[in-house]
Parts: sequence; structure tokens; C-alpha cells
Amino acid sequence: MTNLFNYIEKPSPIHNLSGATKFICLLLWSFAAMSTYDTRLLIALPIISIFLFKISRIKLKDVSFILTFILVFLLLNTIMIYIFSPHHGTEVYGTCTVILGSGKYSLTKEQLFYHLNYTLKYISTIPIVLLFVTTTNPSEFAASLNKIGVKYSIAYSVALALRYIPDVQREYHEISLAQQARGIEMSKKASLVNRLKGASAILIPLILSSMDKIEIVSNAMELRGFGKNKKRTWYMGRKFRSIDYICIVLCLLLLVVSIVLTKVNGSRFYNPFV
Amino acid sequence: MEEPILKFENFTFQYNAQKKPTLYDISFSIRKGEKIIICGPSGCGKSTLMHCINGLVPHSYKGEKTGSITISGKNTQNMSIFDISKSVGTVLQDCDGQFVGLTVAEDIAFALENDCVEVDQLHERVKSVAKLVNIDDYLTHAPNELSGGQKQRVSLAGILVDDVDILLFDEPLANLDPATGKYAIELIDEIQKTTGAAVIIVEHRLEDALHRNVDRIIIMNEGRIAVDAKPDELLCQDILKETGIREPLYITALKYAGVDITPQMKPSSIRSIVLSDEDKRKVVSWYENSTKEDIEDKRPYLLEVKDLEFSYDKKAKVLQGVNANVKEGEMMAIVGTNGAGKSTFSKVICGFEKETEGTIIFNGENLSDYSIKERADKIGYVMQNPNQMISKVMIFDEVALGLVTRGVPEDEIKTRVEETLKVCGLWQFRNWPISALSYGQKKRVTIASILVLEPKMIILDEPTAGQDYRHYTEIMEFLLKLNKKGITVAMITHDMHLMLEYAKRSIVFSKGKVICDDTSANILTNPEVIKAANLKETSLYDLALMCNIENPGDYAQRFIDYEREVER
Amino acid sequence: MKKFSVKTIVAIGIGAALFFVLGRFVAIPSPIPNTYISIQYGLLAFISAIYGPIAGCLAGLIGHALIDATYGSIWWSWVISSAFFGAAMGFITSKMKLDEGEFGKKEILFFNIGQAVSHLVAWIVVAPVLDILIYSEPVNKVFAQGAVGAISNLVTTAIVGTLLCIAYSAAKPKKGSLSEEA
Repeated sequence: MTNLFNYIEKPSPIHNLSGATKFICLLLWSFAAMSTYDTRLLIALPIISIFLFKISRIKLKDVSFILTFILVFLLLNTIMIYIFSPHHGTEVYGTCTVILGSGKYSLTKEQLFYHLNYTLKYISTIPIVLLFVTTTNPSEFAASLNKIGVKYSIAYSVALALRYIPDVQREYHEISLAQQARGIEMSKKASLVNRLKGASAILIPLILSSMDKIEIVSNAMELRGFGKNKKRTWYMGRKFRSIDYICIVLCLLLLVVSIVLTKVNGSRFYNPFV
Repeated sequence: MEEPILKFENFTFQYNAQKKPTLYDISFSIRKGEKIIICGPSGCGKSTLMHCINGLVPHSYKGEKTGSITISGKNTQNMSIFDISKSVGTVLQDCDGQFVGLTVAEDIAFALENDCVEVDQLHERVKSVAKLVNIDDYLTHAPNELSGGQKQRVSLAGILVDDVDILLFDEPLANLDPATGKYAIELIDEIQKTTGAAVIIVEHRLEDALHRNVDRIIIMNEGRIAVDAKPDELLCQDILKETGIREPLYITALKYAGVDITPQMKPSSIRSIVLSDEDKRKVVSWYENSTKEDIEDKRPYLLEVKDLEFSYDKKAKVLQGVNANVKEGEMMAIVGTNGAGKSTFSKVICGFEKETEGTIIFNGENLSDYSIKERADKIGYVMQNPNQMISKVMIFDEVALGLVTRGVPEDEIKTRVEETLKVCGLWQFRNWPISALSYGQKKRVTIASILVLEPKMIILDEPTAGQDYRHYTEIMEFLLKLNKKGITVAMITHDMHLMLEYAKRSIVFSKGKVICDDTSANILTNPEVIKAANLKETSLYDLALMCNIENPGDYAQRFIDYEREVER
Repeated sequence: MKKFSVKTIVAIGIGAALFFVLGRFVAIPSPIPNTYISIQYGLLAFISAIYGPIAGCLAGLIGHALIDATYGSIWWSWVISSAFFGAAMGFITSKMKLDEGEFGKKEILFFNIGQAVSHLVAWIVVAPVLDILIYSEPVNKVFAQGAVGAISNLVTTAIVGTLLCIAYSAAKPKKGSLSEEA
């Protein structure tokens, strides 16, 4: 479980923040990064996050696998953008400065600058998500959701999802093997429709047994008083300390900066071409 | 006399979807600190009775009732399921279903969290309760890092955080190996003594549940209470056989020997029973006069496994240096604790996992390069829960699936499926939807869906898990019938009765190695192997020692052989 | 809003866990090289049909967000589209009585028209528009991606979702037919 979401337990100030704080900060940071296309802010964000990683004691090698994966995905996406819309930069920035080639796929400064910003936008959100998943105990997550105002019943359904993922995974694996032995084929050897029918032969037993499980689990929860009161407490809940408030205020400032920049620039984009 | 903590008075209950009541005119009461076992075959109403006690009836399952249930003098009619849960704590059979927290500590805290107990108190209370059930070293563990026994202890802790008056256990032995089950019964006993709560254990494995003293046994049959008596008295009656509950083996053995069982002998446990010299002589003379089937087996090997090694990640070996074989036409068992390697062994044989080293020879052929699908034509694998295999609506389609995927012509499919259905006694149901079948019949459908591929051998994972004696017998006799038709049967199990009665020979796994390969009767009377494999001595062993019989294994074997004769 | 039953909460949790496992670990190759079919939408349509729009919406939201979290970046535009699909399916199928074992030809047709419409709106309207709003991506790129996604999810749901509903409704006893087993 911990491996799946890459939670790494270490003694660090970031680990010690309450999960709710980290979640609020993650949201504020993401909104800030999502709303802006200002290059200066997009450069500043990754630099801050590298600094935060240092504090968290999470090593590069701890997240290298996931990082490679994201970078490949990012690369594919930028290539797609170029193939589909090689002059998107011109549309965005209003000018057209060709530096190489001609015709539809001529390379413009604006396009390159757009790609730079697009990449930066990724790089300014990825580390903070990674930081969140590596420093927040999954157990604390539901408590955090509840703390920021999500109803506890919905927060608990997130906890249940995390709880039952390993069980479902194991059951899927076992059913899949037994059905393969009966000749169910899901690889390229079978036609697409047969692949999907094969998948159903595994899914049907898996889901029918999950339906039984839903009944058992909900009985078990009611027998232990779930849903009795309007509120509930959390074993993994943490009280806010002053450092928590400080972090939230700082992230709120980031969002304010992002909004102010949009106002000053007159658009979400920082435009060096005019 | 003290007022009863739980009291049923002329209680009758009928589910909305049912045509007839499930419970008829139930009256009994339990006092504080009493410990009782409720026993009965599947469908006798014991689960419904339990739901009536903990409030799931009528909260989750609606129906009509007459009569009353009172807890500590209060009629449950006026109580919500939450009020009831303050007095009655339930440990469900399915420990994974009951374990709703991400870690041990969170799960134990669950009920307190729902009561809005403050965080500091939560931590304190969890720690002390965890200590009580001896799980305090595992507080940060996730459920998939725990064994079945540990999960059960967490469930118990999770209800002990509330000071409940009644502890309700639903088949606490069903998912445990024999040694862990024994420990569970001891733990329940201790908890009861420390908390003073009343304990109700719903269980059909009477002999194992009686490992520790209980005050009363209630036998249910067809929705009614058949008997409510002290264990010592109950075991002298014939009610168990009549209701299809397995009698403790030592009791049956004594009856075979012609010993007259009386309450004064304290027959409720093999440790309390007092036998006179006369009784012992009877047992010995029965032993001397009985015969043993010749067990020398000269059939050729069907499956030979040599120096098998397996590991998921090159570090920890799950199987090491495994040498084992199965003879043609044999019916045998593969036993060992969870994680000892018995399931992995069968998975490697079936090609679900690829061995890191070693060879598997089947019928003279090396299986190494065969795919899962190709191996399935030779060795069939039947999963524990039939619901995990069934993916079609109609019986015919389900059984035909393996042939369809193999591109067998339609008319051949028809004849082969029909033949298999006849062999499996499903012919009369051929046009039924699978959902209309009972658990045992569904099990037969899954076995049929494997047999249709005409494998020489089938491997079954826990073929009778969670089944009562009647269904157990039904499934096992069916397997025996198949075996007589020439199909080699290997069963992964930790059911000791199954080993004794249906597997002449067993292979015992411990820590990835085969530690013993012998007759089941010898294994279950060998203390060293029993300890290593988390098994439990059969009470026949204790009885043999008590009567100074030198070879307990031989005694157990003769008992089983004789029982088969009598039953037939 | 109506108070959720505990069963709905559990259905959301386990539904999300199923969505996660199918989306994260089950790789069925699609006809396009190096791409995989998302069978989880067949499951989501089924969950919505049984437990309603809120359960479908949240199971999709949580399941998809968790999948993304394991890859280190949450792609909100697509997560929201999954949630939208779950919710839309729940509304469309709210009159169906799968629990009572009713899933005949008429229902199959209705279910499939519903899922097709929901997929088309989710992936050709909601997801691309969010992509444009949040990431300012080129219009033709996001619509092309959306169209591919919509069609593949639509085909998957048509087969997997329909088969699931048939199997589930067949396993349900018809109303009033329960009596003690012989």
C-alpha cells in the first residue's frame, strides 16, 4: 500500500505538518500554477519546490521512477501539441517570428516559448504532488479531507478505497489466472471484441464478489456505530500548530501573486514578444 | 436469580422475501458471564438468530416478527442498531470485511471515532485494548501484512474498545488453521474471564469450539431450538448425528468401542473425560480386533516435482528444494500454515507462476515450456470460492467456456458438456441459471467446468472451506466418486478431518520446504510435524495415549477405515 | 441532499478501489500501438446504474484521482470528466431496476444509448474544454484526444458494462420468488 502511493516515512518538518495543511497547500499551489502562464512565476515555483524537497529529506532516487514516467508523458504531450498545432504560440502571443523552415511546420520563437511555458507549468505542479504523496501518510488523508470540510462519510469512502485496493488487486490477479487456465485470452492473440469479452469473464466474478463485500463491510461498519453522529474524530487526525497556519498563509500568498500577475499582465500569459 | 442479560421470548421471525418464517418460537436466556455455543447445520437459522441479537435484523434485513428480545431488561424493539452495539459486540466470520481501517490501530479505534472520542484518549484506549488481545506490536501494520489469526484479534479488539456486555462470534474457526483456531478459543476464554461479558459462539465445529469450557450448547434445527443443554449432557445424546453436526471424534471412537457415555464421565473435552479401566479395555480390544486396509501403493507417478525453487523477487525463496510426487489415481492433501508455500506450490504446478529452478514432470512429459492454458488440459485448478470462477449466467455456458475458448466444434462441445454434467450430477439442472443453485452445487459447476477439459489431475484449493458437515460430506463424497473414476485429486487444505477421512497421504509444507510426506493418520499423531505445520493433534491421538495404545497413528487409521465401512 | 446510506458510502469506496485496480493494473492492448483499453468505465457505468449518480460520480472521481496520484500528477480535467461520466450514467439509469433483476432488450438499448451520450459529452465536451481552460492547450489537439478517448471508452462500456449488468441482474432473484432451498 505504502509502496503504491510512495509514502516514505522520515522525520522531517514537512512530514510533521498536519495532512490537512498539506492538502490545503497542495490545492492552493495547484490553483496558483493552473491559473497562471506567467513565465517568471512558473520558474519560481519549481525552485521553491526543490527547496521544499530538501527540507522533506526525500531523495531524488526515491521518486526517480515516477519522475521518469511523468517526463516521458510530458514529452509525448508536447510533441502531440506540436503535431496538431505548430503555430499555437502565434495564436497565444500574437506575433510570428520564424527561426527555422517554412510552411505549416515552420518553427517559431513563439511556439518554442509556448512549449517552454507548457513544460514549466508541468514542472511547477509535479514536484508538489510528489511531495504530498511521499510525505503524507495515506491513513491521514481521510482525516484531512474531513478537516477541510468534506463530509466525513465521503472522506471515509476515500479511506475505504485505499483500504480495499490491495484486496481487490489480489483477487483480480487470482481470478485472472484461473480464467486464463480456462483459455481466456486478453493479449493481442485475440480479437478486440474477444479481449473485452475475456476481460468480462474476469470482471464478472470479481464484481459479483465485490457486491457481497459491500454488504458485509457496510454491516460491519454499522455494527460499530458508523453514521451515528453528525461528526466523528480520527485516530490519525492532528491538531493544527502555528507552523500549519504559516504554511497555509504562504501558499495563499502564492495564489494571490498568481492572480495579481494575471491582472498586471492583462492576460494569463507573460508576453515578452510585444 | 440474577436477571438475564439477553432474553428471547417466543420469538418468531420471517424475512420479507421469504414464504416461511426463518425462526420459530425461540425462547432462551443468557446470564451475565455465561458462555454458550450455538450450533446447527447451514440454513438452521443460526445466522438470522445472530442478526436478531446484534440488531442487523430489522435494521438492515426487514421482516415480520412476533415475541420479544430483551437486552439487560430493555426490549430491543425500542433500540436503534447503535444502541444495541453499545451492549453487543460482533466479530464477523469475514475478518477482511470487518477490518475497515487502513492499519491495526485505526481499525481498533473505529467505534470510538464514531463516538467522537478525543484523539489523546483514542490512542490510550487503543493501546490498552491491543495489549489485551496481544496485538500491540502490530499497531501500524496494514491488514494485508497480517495473518488470519491476527486479523481476528484486531476484530476482537475493535469491539472490546466498547465495554460490551455480550460478545458474539460468528464462526470464529472458519478461516483459521487448527493451531490458530485453538489459540483463538483460548483467547476468547481469557477475554471472557477478564471482562465478565457473556459470550455467544456460533460454530459448527463443535469439538474445536469445546477446546475450552462452555456453560451451555444450543443446537438449532430448521429454525427451532432443538436442544439447550450442558455440554456433558448433550454429548451423551444422539442429537448431533440427527441434526447433521459432527460429533467429537473421541466420542464416536468410544461409541464404536461400545463404551457407554454418561455425564459423570465429563465427556465435553478429551482433557476432562474420565475413563474407567473397563472403558479403556474396551477401546484396546476394539483396536486389536479391527483391521487396517493395506496401504501400500504401487501405482506409477503421475506428477514428479524435482528440486523446485521459487521466489517472487530473487531474495526470499518461497519454495526451496521441493521434491514431491503424486501417484496416478491418488487422492491426497497438501497441508501447511498460511505462507508455508502450499498455495505457491500448486500455482507453480499449474503455471500461474514460473519456477525459478527445478523440473516438473507430468505423465513423463516435462511441463516447463507449457503455457497456463496448455497445462490446464492436464492439471485443472479449482479455486476456493466458486463465485470467483463463475462468469456465465447459465450452467451449460459456464461448463462449455473452456471448450469454446479452445475452438472445439459445437457438436463436440455439446456432447462433452452433457457428459460432464451427468458425471457431476448436474444433468437435471442443465437449463437452470447458476444463481438458482446452492453453494455446494455451484462448487460442482466449477469442478465440472474444469473436468470438461479432461485433465488427468485436479488441484482444489480448500474445497470445503466454510461448509457445514452436510455440505462438506456432499462435496467430499463427490470428489471421492470422481477419484474412483480415475481422476487424480490433490487438495490444499488445513482441515484435519478432511485429511484424515479423504486423503490417505499428505504432504506437509513448512517455510517453503516439504517437511513430511506420510499417511494423514501418522501426520496427525506426530507432535513434531503438528507443531511445525500449525496443525493440532486429533483427539484420537490423546485417546490412544490414554488407553496406552502404542501406535496412535495406526489407531487413527483403523478408526477412519472402520468409519468408512460403517457409513457405507 | 438525501442522507447517504452506509451502503452507498461503502459502494463508493469499493467502487473506487475496483476502478483503480482496473485502470492501473489491467493492461489490455488496444488496436493503437502502445495504448491500452480503459475497461474501468464499464465498471463505473455499472456502479452508477446500481448505486445512483452520487456514488458513480464519487467513485469515478476518487478512483481516477488515485490512479493519477500514483503517477505523480493529477490531471484534473480528465478526473472531472470521469466523475461527470459516473454522475451522468447514474441520472440516466435512475429508472432502471437492476436490483430486481430487470435487464432485458429494452434496458440494454437504453443503457447503451445512455452510456454513449455520457461518454461523448464527457470526453468531447467536458475534458477538452477543461484542458483549454486550465492548460491553454491547442483546440484541435484536445478534441482529437477526446474523440479517441470517447470512442474507445464507448466500445468498452458497450461490451463490458452490458455484460456486467446482464450477469448481475441474472444473479438477482426475481421479486417474490424466494423460498427455502430444496
